[in-house]
Amino acid sequence: MSDDHVYMTLAEGHEDDTRWAYGTGFEDPLHGVDTAVPDGVDAGELAALCVTLADDALVSAQRLAEWTTRAPELEEEVALANIGLDLLGQARLLYARAGQIDGTGRGEDAYAYFRDAGDFRNVRLAELPNGDFAFSTVRLLVFSSWRLAYFERLTAHRDPVLAAIAAKGVKELAYHRQYAAEWVVRLGDGTEESRRRTRRALEQAAPYLGELFTAYDVRDEVVAVLRQVTDAAGLPMPVYRPLPGSGRTGEHTEHLAPLLAELQGIARAHPEATW
Amino acid sequence: MVGWEVGRMDTTRSSPAGADGAEPVLQQHFDATIARDQRIEPRDWMPEGYRKTLIRQIAQHAHSEIIGMQPEGEWITRAPSLRRKAILFAKVQDEAGHGLYLYSAAETLGADRADLTDRLIEGRQKYSSIFNYPTLSFADVGVIGWFVDGAAICNQVPLCRSSYGPYARAMVRICKEESFHQRQGYELLMTMMRGTAAQREMVQDAVDRWWWPSLMMFGPPDDASPNSAQSMAWKIKRHSNDELRQRFVDMTVPQAEKLGVTLPDPELRWNDERGHHDFGTPDWDELMRVIKGDGPCNAQRTERRRTAHEEGTWVREAATAHAAKQAARAQKGAVA
Repeated sequence: MSDDHVYMTLAEGHEDDTRWAYGTGFEDPLHGVDTAVPDGVDAGELAALCVTLADDALVSAQRLAEWTTRAPELEEEVALANIGLDLLGQARLLYARAGQIDGTGRGEDAYAYFRDAGDFRNVRLAELPNGDFAFSTVRLLVFSSWRLAYFERLTAHRDPVLAAIAAKGVKELAYHRQYAAEWVVRLGDGTEESRRRTRRALEQAAPYLGELFTAYDVRDEVVAVLRQVTDAAGLPMPVYRPLPGSGRTGEHTEHLAPLLAELQGIARAHPEATW
Repeated sequence: MVGWEVGRMDTTRSSPAGADGAEPVLQQHFDATIARDQRIEPRDWMPEGYRKTLIRQIAQHAHSEIIGMQPEGEWITRAPSLRRKAILFAKVQDEAGHGLYLYSAAETLGADRADLTDRLIEGRQKYSSIFNYPTLSFADVGVIGWFVDGAAICNQVPLCRSSYGPYARAMVRICKEESFHQRQGYELLMTMMRGTAAQREMVQDAVDRWWWPSLMMFGPPDDASPNSAQSMAWKIKRHSNDELRQRFVDMTVPQAEKLGVTLPDPELRWNDERGHHDFGTPDWDELMRVIKGDGPCNAQRTERRRTAHEEGTWVREAATAHAAKQAARAQKGAVA
């Protein structure tokens, strides 16, 4: 390899300039898909569903990004970032779809940066602080188990765009669930301390399970997965009593507004800027 | 990124020749391999000084990748567009990946990752001095890509021909990814320079703050870096600090002009006779202070790494305990 050759190419133009960092290149799952809203599909409802699913993914990705430089091991740095990047990618596609069909023509950043907490429709489970690695892992297990089951249904959605986004997401979410399940088993079985922390994490997540099960009936499927994992981990399946209110109607915990303040601060300080 | 600090050579010679007197033959073979520009591989005999110097260099490089996640990592959650968030998230993740391959390369020489991590958080091994400067605005993300990753590439591309095989191969992949990082940084700055007046000011301010520390990344001037000679002879190091610094300046000046920013050096000008740019002298006292631990963020960076490591102890212990229980259960199952 010639030093100068490799070196000089950096300063030149590149044809693959859309791929700026390793891992950000992705196949466009919407390539060749008809983006018109199919007959008989309510555009308003479809847009609201896309925003809801995007909000879940964006808020989860933001929490996963907070682990950066704080993970217990380098392999976990890489894995948690992978999962965060997948969810961020899902959010971007879903916001883009919402913008195509809700009549506003908004882009992804308008949804992410210029709506307030009360306008977000993510579940409260996603916005809770990371806590320790046990809580983050349990939360990821619950969230990815639900989202995978839900996305599997969505692959048959009448909107071909949403169906394509879901089909891409299913592959990603299967990995997220596997990663989380393996860790919950390790932590449940590992040491006295890891067992205690994981048991507590399950209890902390339990009240937030109910609001996940609002559309499509995936509850039985998700509960079966959680039972299988907690059994393998030797942990009791948590009993949940649903909390009043729901993130789905814009009722959030006190943790969402600060999360959004951090996410949106620079964009809002420079509304005229392009990045 | 490679700290020049690796120049402080471990001059320990190999252990005294064995009773069989085989060592001179092995040494000859090693010398001949180096002379032919061939690679030394993990199972090959190598002088103890070569092994130790490499472990230290690779470990410092790995530590730099891991500590280097911090200055930019803080901006992932604040990135002002989803596209920039994805790019930065992926970039910082790449750095974790680079740290992993480099620790693995060090392990092929008999080092242990956990031990190297302890050396980092106890301050017994160094990382690149550049990461001890603060990131104060989102423009810093772009300037780090352009200057810091650019300087890292200058340092690292020659290492793709390092005499130690696993290190050279790791560097090939790392350099490819670093070139994406450099271009994304430059592209961010181009976009910001086309934006608002406030954005242009942010870019110029970041350029002013990062220029001199970036020049220091190549280490002290050659006449103050006498220990590099052995590394050059072993083909662990391929070019002198001053050569690489000059190369970086010559590459960066036209890029700065295209971008429309001013590099903060009144002595910077083209020298027709030399065919290179002349430039001012970095503040070497500042470099020494930062290396000795008195930079703006040394304590903060090490503390973050220490906290993450300590808070992760129970997780790593749980994984180890689970693996041991699994193995015991499997054995019991096999016996029964």
